[in-house]
Amino acid sequence: MKPLLISGLSLVSALGDGLDATWQALHDGRSALAPCQFETLPIDAWTGEAPALDAPLPPSFAAFDCRNNRLAARALAVDGFEQKVARAVAKYGARRVGVFTGTSTSGILNTERAYAARNPQTGALPEGFAYAQTHNTHALGRFVRARLGLAGVSFTLSTACAATAKLFAVAARMIGTGLCDAAVIGGADSFCDTTLLGFHALGVMAQGPCRPFDEARNGISIGEAAGFALLERAQKTTGPDELLLFGAGESADAYHMSSPDPNGTGAATAMRQALTDAGLAPEAIDYINLHGTATLVGDSAEDKAVTSIFGPTTPRSSTKGFTGHTLGAAGMVGAAIAALAVQHDFLPGSPHTRQLDPAFAPGHLLTGRATKARRVMCNAFGFGGVNCSFILGSEAQ
Amino acid sequence: MRLFLNAIALRGPGLEGWAASAPILTGNTPYLAAPTFIPPAILLPPNERRRAPQTVKLALAVGAEAFGNAGIAPTTCPAVFASSGGDGETIHEILATLAGPVRELSPTRFHNSVHNVAAGYWSIATGSKTPATSLCAHDGSFVAGLLEAGAQALAAEGDVVLIAYDLPYPEPLASARHIGAPFASTLLLSRAAASRSLARLDIDLCTPRVHACRVPALEEMRRTIPAARVLPLLEALARSEATTVTLDYLDDLALAVQVTPL
Repeated sequence: MKPLLISGLSLVSALGDGLDATWQALHDGRSALAPCQFETLPIDAWTGEAPALDAPLPPSFAAFDCRNNRLAARALAVDGFEQKVARAVAKYGARRVGVFTGTSTSGILNTERAYAARNPQTGALPEGFAYAQTHNTHALGRFVRARLGLAGVSFTLSTACAATAKLFAVAARMIGTGLCDAAVIGGADSFCDTTLLGFHALGVMAQGPCRPFDEARNGISIGEAAGFALLERAQKTTGPDELLLFGAGESADAYHMSSPDPNGTGAATAMRQALTDAGLAPEAIDYINLHGTATLVGDSAEDKAVTSIFGPTTPRSSTKGFTGHTLGAAGMVGAAIAALAVQHDFLPGSPHTRQLDPAFAPGHLLTGRATKARRVMCNAFGFGGVNCSFILGSEAQ
Repeated sequence: MRLFLNAIALRGPGLEGWAASAPILTGNTPYLAAPTFIPPAILLPPNERRRAPQTVKLALAVGAEAFGNAGIAPTTCPAVFASSGGDGETIHEILATLAGPVRELSPTRFHNSVHNVAAGYWSIATGSKTPATSLCAHDGSFVAGLLEAGAQALAAEGDVVLIAYDLPYPEPLASARHIGAPFASTLLLSRAAASRSLARLDIDLCTPRVHACRVPALEEMRRTIPAARVLPLLEALARSEATTVTLDYLDDLALAVQVTPL
């Protein structure tokens, strides 16, 4: 593909509001994981909870009010993102800016609460339950489109933990069709009992904080995040400071609904296709932000896949130990961390990973490293055997 | 966006497959009301067949029908799944359990609750390692799926399959979100014409205007089932009419599809 300009980027996670807060935590090696306060679980589960989601949305968006849309609203308000979208609207027109969002559970927390408050006689949900604005998967896309005053093509992708990662490919294709000139992509995933008790039922939640690629890793820590990116066609010559999307690759495992292919075949296909799409050799990648959720099989499969393409030494790390696994929002967390790595020439480590599994390649970074970073690959994999990789960076020499 | 349509499948109340439904869509055969028949998911291995929810069975049925009609294998075709929700029954069971005294979820039910459940089972059933995606735009999910499948087809060598489906929720969600009946369709799309192409589709965004189905029972489906918003297009295809149909999408945006039968 022809590189696309990423002219806006924002992130809110347990690390804080905005890219600066994220950068400080990455630089300092400070994890945001803490014992779970949201839901009582019979294990010592840690999570990356986004603080201060108690304030409701403004009255004009009252129907949309739910934890997930509040988190999305926070991410629209940081890093000058709304202002950058306003500039794109002035340039292209509201109908020429697409909105493609991603989430796994949207505002289902709202429905969990509505079920708990069902009428004891009739079983009916409480008055005022707003399905389309909170529960529906596209409640997020509808909210973001309304909040930003956009009038273009829109939908919400929901491919579990690869939802927002796939949006980079979606945006590139949609701009390619000519149906829009620019695209707002991004999304949010926030805590709900479905997610926390669901992953607990699967037996994949870690005791204590997650330890990606550690020999003692024992599962995931779930986090909350929302993030957005604004993509447009790049000018013929791009400045060295401009962030670009170089390519994306997608595949399916065709293996199991909730377990990855242990050989990492599908993951490797997605990475290879991202390189092909970008027209880059594996040597051109300076850092890989891994999916690495700290499950036994998932980390092992990804290590095999990465090493089969890049060899053992290309620097790589999972940053799930900073933020937790933010599910459908993980692609935006990866994109933000990739952008910060390129901007600051700094590769983040993996807090909580103490002893790298000796079966894994030595390229894993446990602590941050100051080094030149021009092109970064991000991986995101999800339920249903969905794999996606994308490459961000700059043209700087 | 210019696309070629290479195969069609359809399943809904009183609509059992494209071949049987086309004469109903043309008005030549009277519509007879019947519940949507959802066949067992024979494509799946026995273990997965037991676990697969209704959503998956319906989506797999129309997927298999379209590839059967086209006479090609699904293994090399990227797949786009469009639905206004995930599996309603599964989601209801989870919500009811969470609101009950024993808040323990079934792991299978949890992984079946994702929106891309049909996409995941499709990959397993067909062995296809090409990308499968899953998307939603509430009532506009069919058009959203057509746009994404079309964009993928323009970037692909061969066919891209669009499978759009919706099933009703059980109560109490059904009262908050009414979906008329289980309904699904499949379109096989490519950027280049093939000898098996049925029609050329020229697609563009437009301002909304009502484009009703001519058969009243079909119009009732179009108005009450998001996935049935495909019906004006299928009517034109069944009638082999060179015409432009408008498909409902978002409140402020619709899709104009110029149909040229081949």
